[in-house]
Amino acid sequence: MASQVMTNLDPKSRAAAKGLSDLTIRNLFIIPTIAFLIIFNIFPLLYSLAYSFTDFRASTRAPANFVGLQNYRDLLSDPFIWSNFSITAKYVLISVTGQVLVGFGLAMLLNRAIPAKGLITTLLLLPMMLSMAVVGLFWKLLYDPNFGIINYFLGLEKFEWLADPDMALYAIAIVDIWMWAPFVMLLSLAGLSAVPKHLYEAAEIDRASGLYTFFRITLPLVAPILMIAIIFRTMEAFKTFDLAYVLSSQPTTELIAIRLYKMAFQEWQTGMSSAFAYIVLIMVVAITNIYVKYLNKVKAR
Amino acid sequence: MAGVRTPQEKWTNRVAIVAVFVALAIMLTPIYWIAATSFKPRNLATTIPPTVVFQPTVSPFVKLFTKRSQLRDQPTAEEYAAAPWWERMVFDGGEKVVRNGKTGEVRTSGYGDRFTNSLIISIISTILAVSMGTLTAYGFSRFKVAGEDDWLFFILSTRMLPPVVVAIPMFLMYRVVGLNDTHLGLIILYTAFNLSFAVWIMKGFIDEIPREYEEAALVDGYTRMQAFFKVVLPEALTGMAATAVFCFITAWNEYAFALIMTNRNAQTAPPYIPSQVGSGLPDWTVIAAGTLLFLIPVAIFTFLLRNHLLRGMSFGAIRK
Repeated sequence: MASQVMTNLDPKSRAAAKGLSDLTIRNLFIIPTIAFLIIFNIFPLLYSLAYSFTDFRASTRAPANFVGLQNYRDLLSDPFIWSNFSITAKYVLISVTGQVLVGFGLAMLLNRAIPAKGLITTLLLLPMMLSMAVVGLFWKLLYDPNFGIINYFLGLEKFEWLADPDMALYAIAIVDIWMWAPFVMLLSLAGLSAVPKHLYEAAEIDRASGLYTFFRITLPLVAPILMIAIIFRTMEAFKTFDLAYVLSSQPTTELIAIRLYKMAFQEWQTGMSSAFAYIVLIMVVAITNIYVKYLNKVKAR
Repeated sequence: MAGVRTPQEKWTNRVAIVAVFVALAIMLTPIYWIAATSFKPRNLATTIPPTVVFQPTVSPFVKLFTKRSQLRDQPTAEEYAAAPWWERMVFDGGEKVVRNGKTGEVRTSGYGDRFTNSLIISIISTILAVSMGTLTAYGFSRFKVAGEDDWLFFILSTRMLPPVVVAIPMFLMYRVVGLNDTHLGLIILYTAFNLSFAVWIMKGFIDEIPREYEEAALVDGYTRMQAFFKVVLPEALTGMAATAVFCFITAWNEYAFALIMTNRNAQTAPPYIPSQVGSGLPDWTVIAAGTLLFLIPVAIFTFLLRNHLLRGMSFGAIRK
């Protein structure tokens, strides 16, 4: 791109003659950050990798015994862990689908001349900026079967949102959709505003139906940005902890992050939970890799 | 889209506008309900039908900041008359303010301390993340770095991990060095967490500053360092401000690390507020008051940030 302009890292350059060389400055600027992240992100992970092969329990003074791959074997053959994974998969599916439908729908509605559009957009974006744990907690009152406003407005009498094991996961996903549909909306709006107007005009001249225009022009052109939103939200939904933890303690809403938290900090199975964390980590790195690859592809366009 | 022509399009447009306002009302109802509940007397917070019109009171805020106990005997008329207005509010709710037995000083609840902790930890970690992030972003933007994409991926990947995965080893390490439940411990964690974000976003902002500015400064006899501080930094200020607000909001809202790594001394507001619900019938007016105060800084920041939200939320992938 601008490689000719790219500064030459020559220790004897003109600028270096009077001050620090570019090479020194580059190292001075970059190395502390890398070092900081290695010390506080990578080193801890190596630390827990070592623990993942032991039966260590942080709650006792007993020394850690090396157990080899036993923890991994136990975890992968534990049916409860698989149920945590399937609950998480179900949650990701419900919540991301909901966010895409609501978010993209809102963006389609907003993508026209509307009074006070800027203000409305900002107000719609407010939920995603708020704390999931703190605002999520308040939904407990909104969902209350006796005096919650949701049951009142929907005319549902004493409907149990959070106490019903089958409903609770949906109830949590609804809060997540409320918070994060605006994110999909924001990205979709950017995608929609980039669709060239002349395409719509051409479609109109050809007397294309609204549905045809949507599926042949709008959707394909917004798809790349929408895809970013979907991958991003999938990753975040996979990690969900705060919302589910404050709203419910049902076994049917025990997402991976919650199981991991309980295993590590309530049951104090430090070695086992380290192994579990590694299984999760590998999955996240795989998703992140896809995400970054895709991001670079979109950026390159 | 401008250019509404046919009557049918006009009609669709009207329907869309109505739909937008309905959606806006639904989206904002939970936030409105928090605000409304925080000004209600306790008995109006949980009624059927929901109380919409009421005489607002600040008693939830008084209760939020004070330690209270159940009132056993009604206060005498003199006691009641001698009490300041806010104490009377607590009496009216069937409770009394707990005072220190010797000095008679009012005992405070934990909320004020948790709020202050949130402020200290969020502000310091934001300053650290943005300043380190800006320098690193400049390094990546302007100089050749071997394996640049890999480094940037590495930096980003540290942010993608679920907090609990990182928290297990951090908890053990902090226990060894005595950083559990300290401000410094959380500041380090939040700095690390936000640093990757700051590098990515700031690289985008700095990439947009033309290199010719610095080249000209270098020709004028500035050193590279002077050129950075006097030419690049002023240009990058808007970007830094936006990045700082994002980092602040992330740290301010963070829950999982705070829940695991702190319990009293350095606890922030997000784990504290849910812990007040407990069992039995919680006083939702007090929880709403605590929530509202906690949300106000973020709401203000969201308005200040509105033009940068897109870039910030997509890690700089999409720019407007």
